[in-house]
Amino acid sequence: MTDLRPDLKIIADFIPAGSRVLDLGCGDGALLDFVVHGQGVTGRGIELSEAGVLACVRRGLSVRQGNLQEGLGDYPDRSFDYVVLAQTLPFLDDPAMILAEMLRVGQRAVVSFPNWGHWRCRLELLTTGRIPRAVDLPQAWHEKPRWQAFTVTDFARFCRANRIAITKQAYLNRGRRIDIFKVTNLLSTTAVFVLER
Amino acid sequence: MTHDHSVGIVETQTFTFAQETPFVLESGATLGPITLAYQTYGQLNADRSNAVLILHALSGGAHAAGYRSVEDTKPGWWDTAIGPGKAFDTNRFFVICSNIIGSCYGSTGPASVNPATGKPYGLTFPVVTIGDMVRGQERLIDHLGIERLLCVVGGSMGGMQALEWAAHHPERIRAAIPLATTARSNAMQIALSEVGRQAIYADPAWGGGDYYASDRRPDAGLAVARMIAHITYLSEEAMHRKFGRRLQDREQFGYQFRTEFEVESYLRHQGLSFTQRFDANSYLFITKAMDYFDLSQSPAGSNGPVNSLAAAFARSQHVKFLVVSFTSDWLYPSHQSKEIVSALTAAGADVSYLDIESSAGHDAFLVEVDTMTRLLGSFMDRLAREEGI
Repeated sequence: MTDLRPDLKIIADFIPAGSRVLDLGCGDGALLDFVVHGQGVTGRGIELSEAGVLACVRRGLSVRQGNLQEGLGDYPDRSFDYVVLAQTLPFLDDPAMILAEMLRVGQRAVVSFPNWGHWRCRLELLTTGRIPRAVDLPQAWHEKPRWQAFTVTDFARFCRANRIAITKQAYLNRGRRIDIFKVTNLLSTTAVFVLER
Repeated sequence: MTHDHSVGIVETQTFTFAQETPFVLESGATLGPITLAYQTYGQLNADRSNAVLILHALSGGAHAAGYRSVEDTKPGWWDTAIGPGKAFDTNRFFVICSNIIGSCYGSTGPASVNPATGKPYGLTFPVVTIGDMVRGQERLIDHLGIERLLCVVGGSMGGMQALEWAAHHPERIRAAIPLATTARSNAMQIALSEVGRQAIYADPAWGGGDYYASDRRPDAGLAVARMIAHITYLSEEAMHRKFGRRLQDREQFGYQFRTEFEVESYLRHQGLSFTQRFDANSYLFITKAMDYFDLSQSPAGSNGPVNSLAAAFARSQHVKFLVVSFTSDWLYPSHQSKEIVSALTAAGADVSYLDIESSAGHDAFLVEVDTMTRLLGSFMDRLAREEGI
C-alpha cells in the first residue's frame, strides 16, 4: 500500500474499524483501499471518471460511476456510518445540497477542502490583486474543472447556519498536520471536518 | 487451429431433464423432455466453488470459447474473454456456457421433434420466458453438482438472464455481471422485435411456422429480421466509419435497384449468412421471451422498498454486482443500466458500475476487449480473492 495523501490519512484515522463508508468522488480508490483492506471497513465509492472506476475495480473495490451533482437519491437514509468528500467540495455546483445528502445517507460526514483563508492567499490578493490559488489546489481561475473559493470561516458559518455540528476537526499546512485551535483559518492550507446533524 | 490463451478444441455436451415429469413453464404450459446443449472449460475445484456460468445473447449458443476442430478457424463467440489468462481465466475458474431452451443450437426448441407427434414443434412449441431459460440452467447446475455459482455473466439477453438469476435464484450465486442490458424491455425494444417477427410472418415460406417438412424455408423473412437487428447493434458513428457512402464494386451510381452501397451489401450478407445458421421459429420465440422480460413485476404485497425494481432484488443483498453499459448503445441505452444500479443500491446490494466510453454501439460488449478484459478480469480477481479460490 502506497503512502496515503495527508488529508486522506487523517480521514482514515477518523473512521473506526468495521464501519460502513461511502466515499464520494473516490478517484483511484486510495482511501477506500486503505480503510477497506486495512481497517476492515465496508466501503463503497462513487466516481465520475472511467479511469477512476477502472482503477478502483482493479483494487477490488465496489465503486459505481456517477455524478455527485445528481445527489444520492438511490441511497436509503442512514445506510452508512461515514460519508466522505475529500478535496471535492470546491468543484460542486450545489455544496449545500451535497452536504445535506451526505448527512441524510450517513450518520456522519467527513469533509476535507483546501482553505483560501490561508495567509498566503490573503497576501496574494492584497499585493497582486489577483484571485489567489489555494496552496493545496494550485489551479488558476480559468482552468477546468471550475472551482469556487471558500475558507474555513465560511464553512464553519455555513455549518452553524444549517445546524450542522462540527464534531472533529484537523488542520494541515502543506500536507503536515498542525495542532492549532485558534487562527485556524489563517494558518491551515487544508481543513478536515467530521460533521453531524 | 489452436492458439495460445485458447481453451483449445472443445466439445458440446447435452443434458436432458423433465423426461418423466414435464417442466412447468411460467405460462402454465408444460414441456418435456428438455435437452440443453452446453460446453465447459477449465476444471471444477474440489469444493465446487469456482463455477462461472456464461449466458448467451439472442443468436448465441453454447460454443463460447475454443475451436470445434483442428481445422476450425473461428473460435467461440466470447473467446476474447474465456481462456487461460483471460478475464474468465480457465486456469482458475470452471466456465460453463449453456444454450437456452427455445434455441436451435442443440437445445430443445421449436425445430426439435415433439415426441408426442413425431414432428417438429413449430408454433406448437410453448412460449418460454427468460425465467424459464434460467430455471432450465438451474437444472443443469444441479446435474453438474454445483450448489452455488461463483458468478453469472452475460450481455444483452444474457444480461437479462444474469439479472433473473440474481432476482429469483440469489441463493445459487455469489456474483452477477449484467452487460449492456435492461431489467425491463421497453416499448422501442419490443417494437424492434415485432418488426423482425413481422418480416418472418410475411414470408410465404414461413407457413405459420410449419415449414420443416417443406423444401422452402422463410429465409427472406429471417434475413430481413437479422438486417434490422444488425442495425440496432451498431451506432451511427460506427456505421459511418465502417461504410460511409462508399459504393460496392462500382465507381458511380447505376440508377437501378441493385445493391450499390457497401452498407447494403454488408447487411445483405449478414442477413443471408444468418439464415444458414439460425431457425426462424427460434427467432420468434426468443425475441418474445425478451419482450416479456420485466423484473419490476414483483409479487404484490411484499414489504420491499418503494422502488419496485429494488423490490425484485430484495433477496440479492449478498450478491456482488458489476453492471456495465456503453455510451453509444442505443438499443440498451445506459439509462437502463443506471436504473438497475439505482435499484440495486436502494436494495442495499454491493454494486459496481461503469458506462464505458465506446462508439461501437450495442456490439461494444463483444468489441471493447481491452477495457472489458481489465474490468471483468479485476472483478473476477476480487471474487477469487474474497471467496478463497
